[in-house]
This record gives sequence, structure tokens and C-alpha cells, in this order.
Amino acid sequence: MSAATRAAPSEAPRAPALEARGLSLSFGGLKAVDQFSLTLAEKGLSGLIGPNGAGKTTVFNLLTGVYRPDGGEILLGGQRVDGMKPSAIASAGLSRTFQNIRLFGSLSVLDNVRTAAGVRARSGLIRSLLRTPLYLAEEQAILERSLELLDMLGIAHRAGEQANSLPYGEQRKLEIARALATEPKVVLLDEPVAGMNAIEKQEMRTLIQGLRDQFEVAILLIEHDMGLVMDICEHITVLDHGVTIATGNAAAIQGDPKVIEAYLGTTESVAVEGAS
Amino acid sequence: MTEGDRDRDRRSMKRVAERIAQQQIGAGPAALGSLWPLVLGVAFAWFLQQWIAPAIGPFYAKVVLDIGIAIVAASSLNIVNGFGGQFSIGHAGFMMVGGYAAAWLTYYGSIQLWGSPALHGGFLGGGDLLFLCGCVLAGIVAAATGVLVGLPSLRLRGDYLAIVTLGFGEIIRVLIQRTGDVMSPHDAEAAGMLGTVGHLGGSLGFGGVPTYTRIFYVYVFVTIVVVCAYRLKISSRGRALLAVRENEVAAEAVGINTARVKVQAFVMSAFFAGIGGTLFAHELGTTLNPQELGFQKSIDIVIMVVLGGMGSISGVVLSATILTIMPELFREFSSYRMPIYALALIIVMIVRPQGLLGIKELWDTALWRRFAGKHGNGGTPRAIVNPPSTGADKRPIAKDKP
Repeated sequence: MSAATRAAPSEAPRAPALEARGLSLSFGGLKAVDQFSLTLAEKGLSGLIGPNGAGKTTVFNLLTGVYRPDGGEILLGGQRVDGMKPSAIASAGLSRTFQNIRLFGSLSVLDNVRTAAGVRARSGLIRSLLRTPLYLAEEQAILERSLELLDMLGIAHRAGEQANSLPYGEQRKLEIARALATEPKVVLLDEPVAGMNAIEKQEMRTLIQGLRDQFEVAILLIEHDMGLVMDICEHITVLDHGVTIATGNAAAIQGDPKVIEAYLGTTESVAVEGAS
Repeated sequence: MTEGDRDRDRRSMKRVAERIAQQQIGAGPAALGSLWPLVLGVAFAWFLQQWIAPAIGPFYAKVVLDIGIAIVAASSLNIVNGFGGQFSIGHAGFMMVGGYAAAWLTYYGSIQLWGSPALHGGFLGGGDLLFLCGCVLAGIVAAATGVLVGLPSLRLRGDYLAIVTLGFGEIIRVLIQRTGDVMSPHDAEAAGMLGTVGHLGGSLGFGGVPTYTRIFYVYVFVTIVVVCAYRLKISSRGRALLAVRENEVAAEAVGINTARVKVQAFVMSAFFAGIGGTLFAHELGTTLNPQELGFQKSIDIVIMVVLGGMGSISGVVLSATILTIMPELFREFSSYRMPIYALALIIVMIVRPQGLLGIKELWDTALWRRFAGKHGNGGTPRAIVNPPSTGADKRPIAKDKP
């Protein structure tokens, strides 16, 4: 198994950036996610949509190792990562943002990014305390890289401010900057435009599209804003009650009767629910 | 806007950001960046010992010494409680482990080497070297116990972790109370070093420990602890620890191995606590006994950290100083001492629940800035924190797309 996976990248078609095969997770008797599969190509941009409670964030938590799947496997660039700790998966190149923003609130904006950028530093505790040349060089590189990221996301002028004092839209940008600072291959964005106004949404849309070209990352995003998802995602997966009910491009999804049913319901389903 | 304009915008913005970063790193204690904070600290310690201590007399000299020990203890606890957000209330347990380990080495070691546990040699003489070896041994032994206490902290948080650390302190106390009497020089010599391990004086205390603790040594260690804490705080390792305090889920998500970071914090904290315990054990006028380093001592140290501001190095140094001096000031009204002390704490907690300095450092405060601003550097000028929005609002990524 491991020999095969290792050989995979060198073979003609390169392994997809992220691949999930038959992921399942139950909470007690509730099947939160059932046989979820997904392939995200390198530099791909995919969407994950579904009504509230469909299990979208649970899928993110499975992919990032917060939950351990009951079954199935996750491959990051052809390498198995399921069962690993979240920090190990993040180090392997999978980064995320959170639906309910989770910044390091009382640290500065710059330090939020530096924390993430510093994870790959080689100098340990002793070197840090002794301030060896390696440590100083690394810190300088981390600082420069962090400033560059803040600059790219247009929040460099906030570098010295406390993270939780930023306005909402900029907090989201900071989360993205932090996610990028870990040098990921895949970024998962959990509702990046939730609660934003039209102008901010437009900005975020250009930003997300710019990300994969500038950072060469594949992006998977959860979003309730259908306009955004249909516009920018090459591939969309629709979840309902943990089950994948449709996959395909925007046009295919929009015409899919199952998707329409999941979002709007049908007269029959109302009748059935009423009876039970 | 042309390509050139855009480049210039980005450059100017970056300069602003870099200046902020410089300010953050270099503000106030820019000196801490090189070797000479240590040199400065050693010089200060020497100055205290040679000139200040003789001038103020033995009573106040002991207060100065106690302040130093309190700073070592509180600053080391600050690494776990303040930086890491792991609420530990068994810190005196680490001091006790370290203190007894070092006392064992200096007392029985002196007997083996020189036939008596009395002071041996002058400044930096044989006895002092043995004492410094004791400090290192204490640090290592305490750090090893730090691993033991750090491990449960991986699964517990908040109150539950506090209970575990409290239990740890009590276990250490009871274990030491059950050790045998201190052996006489004659018996000890016959028993050899290993034969004396179980003879630490029990509940009566370890009497006769040579009193090697000098103001000089105490303040050298104060310097080391404070410089290490500061360097930790501004390093990537330290930021990882702060991130664990801020949001553990997010910390994991950016690739921080939270388990490892927490254990590291406990180890480093315990190492310095062990040294603090050594200084305490070899102090003139104190008897090393399990009650002295019991639960009450742990609480005293926690109060210093909370009062100073969890995570603020300068705040903790300040509060350790104040809280050591205060009981001495009220000594004349000794029957009212504790109520006044308690009342003062209650008032501070109502007025400033985040502690004296919160999570900031002294040089981040408005008062300091106003003072330092007049003298040039230090402090962050307003204009840099909120620069005029010349191009700073431009979003380069957004601009690359029509």
C-alpha cells in the first residue's frame, strides 16, 4: 500500500491535491456523513454546498483531522492523512479557515500570521533562547513572509493592531492570511463571505480567485452564497443529511431535481414529514 | 493606476508594516536582543550585592533577596499560566522538588568533600560551585517532574488541570514529609551519597543546609529567567504557546503540536522553579521544610502572576516585587496584615481584573509611551499604528483581476 502511494506522484497523471474516498462518520445513531467522496485537482477550485445541517462543516472537520472518520480514506497529494492529528495534517499541507472566526484574539495581526508561518521553523526552544544565527535568520524570514502575506491580503496597515479589534471582513482576511502562512497545498474555506455586504463579497471573490494563481493552492470552499459558488467553482458537491446528492459543474447542479428538492422541498416530502 | 504606482504603493505600505514589526520587536528592551542583557544583569546583581546590601542592612537585604526569589518563582509560573493559559496551582511543588534535590547535593556533598556541611570557600569558592551544581541539578530534577505534570495537562483544562497540579504539590509535600531524619556528618560519610537519598528531614524540615544563597546569585538567576521568558515570548516557539492559550483548535489547525508545546512549557517552567527552590533552600534565615513550600506558597505565586497580568513579564516582576515588600511594610500592624493584604488584592481585582498590566508589557503601556516619547525611541507613535491611508487600502490581489 505505502509503496504504491509513494510511487503515485511520479506516474503520468499526478495525484490530486486532495482526495477523499468513502468517508463516513456517525455521532451515535446519527449518520452525519455517509460515503463522502471528493477529488480536488491541483490548483482546483471546488465548492461544497447544502442546506443547514447537511454536514458540510463536519466534512471539513474530517478532512482536517478534528474528527476521525469511521471509514474511508483521505489522501493529501497521494499520501494518506486520515487518522493523523490536526497539526500533523496541517503540516502536511492542508490548511483551513473557520466558519465562526477563530483568531488568536489578543495577539497582534502580525503575530497571528507569524505564529502560523513559524510552525515550520527548524530552531527549537534552546536555539530560540540562545538566539543563534539560524534562529535569527529564520525569524527574519518569517517576519518578511508574514508581512508579504498581510500586504497581499490588503491588511498590512493593520499589522500592529490586536486581531479581535479588526472589523469582521478583515478578520476573515486575516484568517485566510494565517491559513496561507502555513505554506499549504490545499486550503479549505468555511463560509468565507458569510455576513459580508455586496462590496466585501465582490472583494473576497476576486481574492479567492487570485489565491490559487499566486499561491498555487487548491481551494475547497463551503458557502451559502449560491451566486459566488456558481460563479467561481469549477466543481460543486451538494450534501444533504450527510449524503452526497449531486456533483458536477454549476449548470449541472442548478438543473438537478434532487438539489432543488433539498433546498426547496417538494409537496410529497412535506406530506411524508407531516405524517411521521 | 500604472504598474509603477502600484509598486510604489506596495513598497510604502510594506515599509510601514516593517516599521511596526521593528517597533514590536525592538520597543523598549531592544538591548535584550543580544548578549549584553545578561552582562547588564550580572553587573546589576553585583551592584546590589556590593553596594546596596551593605547600605540597607541585613533586614532589608533579606527583603531584596526574597524579592529576587519571588521574581524567579512568579516568572517561571508565568510561562505556564500566562503564556500557555494552563492554570497550574502546584508551582511550589516544583520549587520543593528542586530545593530538596539541591539541598541534598550541597549538604551531603559538602560532608563527602569537606567532612562538614558548613559553608566552604569564599565567593565562587568550592562551596559556591557546589551550590551552582545544585541549581543545575534542581532544574533538571524539577524539569523531569514537569514532564510528569505536563502529560495530564494534555487531556485536562481549566479547573480540572488546576486540581491535578494542586494534587501534585500535595503529593510532593507528603512524600518529603515521610523521608527520614537528616543524617549526622559522621553517619552520612559512612553511608555515601546514594545512602542518604531518603534522609531529607521529614516534616521537621531539612536543617543545616549551608546558606550559599547570595543576592548576587539570586539576581543572576532573575536575569536569566526574565531574559529567557522574554526571548521565549517573542520567538516562534513562544508564539505557538500563546496561540495555545488563545485558541487551541486554531493552533492545531495551523500545525502547532499543542501537546508538545504544553509539555515544553511545563518543563521550562519547572526548570526555573527548581532553581527558585534552590535559592530558597539555601537562604539564610529560612528552614527548608515541606510546609514552607506547600499549597499556601503556590497560591502566593499564582496571585503574583494574576495580579501582574497573565503573560506580562514586566507585570509579573512588578507584582512579585510589590507583593513581597507589602507584607514587610505591614509587619508593624501584624494583626491587621493579612486583612489589609487581602483587601488590597480584592480592590486590584475589581479595578483591574486583567491584572496590573494585562497581557501587555510595561513598555507597551500608554504611560510608558508618554514618558519614553519625550526621550525619542521606545513606544509606538500613533502615526505608525494608524497610518494615513495612502494606498494602504489597495488590495494587490484584487487589483490583478479586472
